[in-house]
Amino acid sequence: MHAQVKTNGNRLLEVRRVAEVLELQLTGEWRALRFSEIDAAVAAVALSGVRRIEISTERLQALDLSGAWRLHELIKQARAAGAEVAFKGAPPDQLRLVDQTLRGESPPCSQQNRPVPLSPIEELEAPALRSLEYLGRHAVFYGRDLVRDLAFLGRMTTTAARGLLSFKRLRPTSIARHVYDTGITAIPIVSLIAFLISVIIAYMSAQQLRNFGAVVFVVDLVTIGVLRELGVLLTSIIVAGRSGSAFAAEIGSMKLNEEVDALYATGVDPFEALVLPRVVGLVIALPLLTILADLIGLMGGALLCRYLLDMPLTQYVTRVQDSIQATTFWVGVIKAPVFAVLIGMAGCYRGMQVRDSSRELGRLTTLAVVQAIFLVIFADALFAVLFLELNI
Amino acid sequence: MIYPILEVIGLVNRFGSQLVHEGLNMEVREDEVFGIVGGSGTGKSVLLRSILGLQRPVAGIIRIEGRDITRLGPSQLNKVKAHYGVTFQQGALYSSLTVRQNVQLPMIEHVAMSPAARDELAMLKILLAGLPADAADKYPSQLSGGMVKRAALARALALDPKLLFLDEPTSGLDPISASEFDELILYLQKELRLTVVMITHDLDTIFRTCNRVGVIVDRHMEVDTLEGIVNNPHPWIQAYFHGDRARLHLEQHGT
Repeated sequence: MHAQVKTNGNRLLEVRRVAEVLELQLTGEWRALRFSEIDAAVAAVALSGVRRIEISTERLQALDLSGAWRLHELIKQARAAGAEVAFKGAPPDQLRLVDQTLRGESPPCSQQNRPVPLSPIEELEAPALRSLEYLGRHAVFYGRDLVRDLAFLGRMTTTAARGLLSFKRLRPTSIARHVYDTGITAIPIVSLIAFLISVIIAYMSAQQLRNFGAVVFVVDLVTIGVLRELGVLLTSIIVAGRSGSAFAAEIGSMKLNEEVDALYATGVDPFEALVLPRVVGLVIALPLLTILADLIGLMGGALLCRYLLDMPLTQYVTRVQDSIQATTFWVGVIKAPVFAVLIGMAGCYRGMQVRDSSRELGRLTTLAVVQAIFLVIFADALFAVLFLELNI
Repeated sequence: MIYPILEVIGLVNRFGSQLVHEGLNMEVREDEVFGIVGGSGTGKSVLLRSILGLQRPVAGIIRIEGRDITRLGPSQLNKVKAHYGVTFQQGALYSSLTVRQNVQLPMIEHVAMSPAARDELAMLKILLAGLPADAADKYPSQLSGGMVKRAALARALALDPKLLFLDEPTSGLDPISASEFDELILYLQKELRLTVVMITHDLDTIFRTCNRVGVIVDRHMEVDTLEGIVNNPHPWIQAYFHGDRARLHLEQHGT
C-alpha cells in the first residue's frame, strides 16, 4: 500500500491518504488569531474520491471556538460529499458546542432563540418598478419632512409668543449666554473676514476702474457692496458655520444622552429651555455683528483707498456720504434678524431630530449648516427682489 | 511553574494629590471567576482601565499571560489586546454598526479571514451569547438593555479570548435578566474554559458566580475565597457582606 503524507509548513494539519481513506492529524494551536492559516490548511484538503475521514486530535495543543467552527465546516462539507467521518478517540468538546449553538440549543438559559434563517428584504424585480419605488419612497419621505418642518415652525411660534407674554419664560440668563457664545466670541473672525472682503473689492474694482479714469467710484462699490450685501451675508455665513453647527451638535448630543427627555419629564418644555434662548440670542447677536462688519469693512476700504489710490481720508468720507442713501445701511442690517432666525431654527431643528446614534449627530449637524447657509442665501435673493420692487 | 493568567503587583495610581491605589496586589488564576468589589470611588474602574492598558499607572507591574503590559509599546500592547475580551458597563456598542458588524470589528482588526467565514463566526458568537439570530442585523438602539449586554458579550468573545473582563455585567438589568446573565457567564466559563474577571456590585452575581473575590479597601486589595472574604474583619467588608441586602445570601450559602 502506498501512503502519501503531506504536511504544511505551519504544522496545523497533517494529511495522510491511503486509498479512499483520509487521515487528518490536527496539531499545534487552532486559535482564532491563526484563523487564516487554519483556513488555508483546511481548504487545501482534497476531498474528491474520499469515502472515509479519520480525524485524530490527540496532538492538538489548543482548539478554540473559531478553530472548531472551521473543523465543523470541513466535516459538514465531507458529509455532504458522501464521506464518512470518524474520530480517533472522543471528538473534541468544542465541536459539540459549535453544533449545539448553531442548532439553537445553546446557551440553555434563554428560550426564544432559534436560528431562523434571515430572509433578505424582497427586492422588486423590474428596474422600472424599482425606480418608481425609489421615487415614491422619497416623495413620501420629503412630504413627511415638510410636515415636520411646519410642526417645528408652529411650536417655535407658539413658544415665542408665550415667551413674549412672560419675561421669565424667555430665560434672560440663557439668552445672555448665547449672545456671548454666538456674538462676542465671533468678533475676531467676523472682523477679519469683513476687512479682507472690503480689501478684495477695493483692490479688484480699482484695477478695472483705473482704465476708465473712474477710480473714485471704488469708494461707491465698497460702501454699497459692504453695507447692502456683503457685510450681512458673510457674517451670516460665518455664524451659520460656527453657531448653526454648535446648536445642532449641542442639542443633538443632549438628545442622545436623554437630557431632552429628562427636560420633558420634569415638565420643562425643551423648546422654551433650549431652542428659544438660542434663537433669541442669535437674533440679538447677529445684527450687532453685522454693524461691526459694516464698520470694519468701511475702515478697510478707507485704508486701501488711502494707501493704494492715494485718496485723502477726508475725500473718502465725503465720497462715502455722497454714495449712500438714508436706507443703504438699514437695508443691510434689517436682514440680519431674519437670517438669525433661519440659522437658529435650522440648527435647533436638526439637533432635535438626532436619534439613536452618533452617526446621526454628524449627519444632521452637517445638514444643519448646509441648510442654514442655503436658507440665508435664498432669503437674501428674496430680499434683493423685494427691495428692487420697493425701489429702495 | 504555572503563571497566573493575570497578575498585578504593587500598583500605584494617583490623580493629582489624590492617591487611588497604593501598592495594590491581585492575582487571577486560570479557569476561575474573580470578582472585584469596592465602594464607589475606590478605583475599581481605574484598576480595570490600568489592566486594559487604557491608562498608565504611576508604578507597579501588570502581567497578562506573563507579559508586563506597562512596559509594552503601543503595537505590542495591541497584540496583547487580542488575547482578552472586555464588556463595558453601558455596553459601548458602536451605535452606527449592527450587532453583527460590532462582533466582526475585532476579527477584521486582528485576523485575516473571508467575509463569509466572518459572517458565520459572528453569528456563532451572537447565538452563543444567547441572542436570537434576527438580532444580528439590528442596531444597538433597537436592542433592550439585556440584549445590549449580550451583544457586548458576543463582541468580547469575537476572538475566542481566554480572559474575559466584565465591567458591571448585570447593572441596569431586572433580577430575572440579571440571573439569566449570571447563568450565561457560568455556562460560557465552563464550556469555553474562560477566566473571568468582573467588577460588580451585585451580591447575587458574586454569590452565584465568583470563586474568589478581591475587595478594594484603603487603596489596596483584600483577596480571598468567597467564604474567606465574608469573614474578613475589615469594617467595610463586614458592612458589605453582612448588610441587610446580604443576609439572605449568607443564610443560603451556609456561612
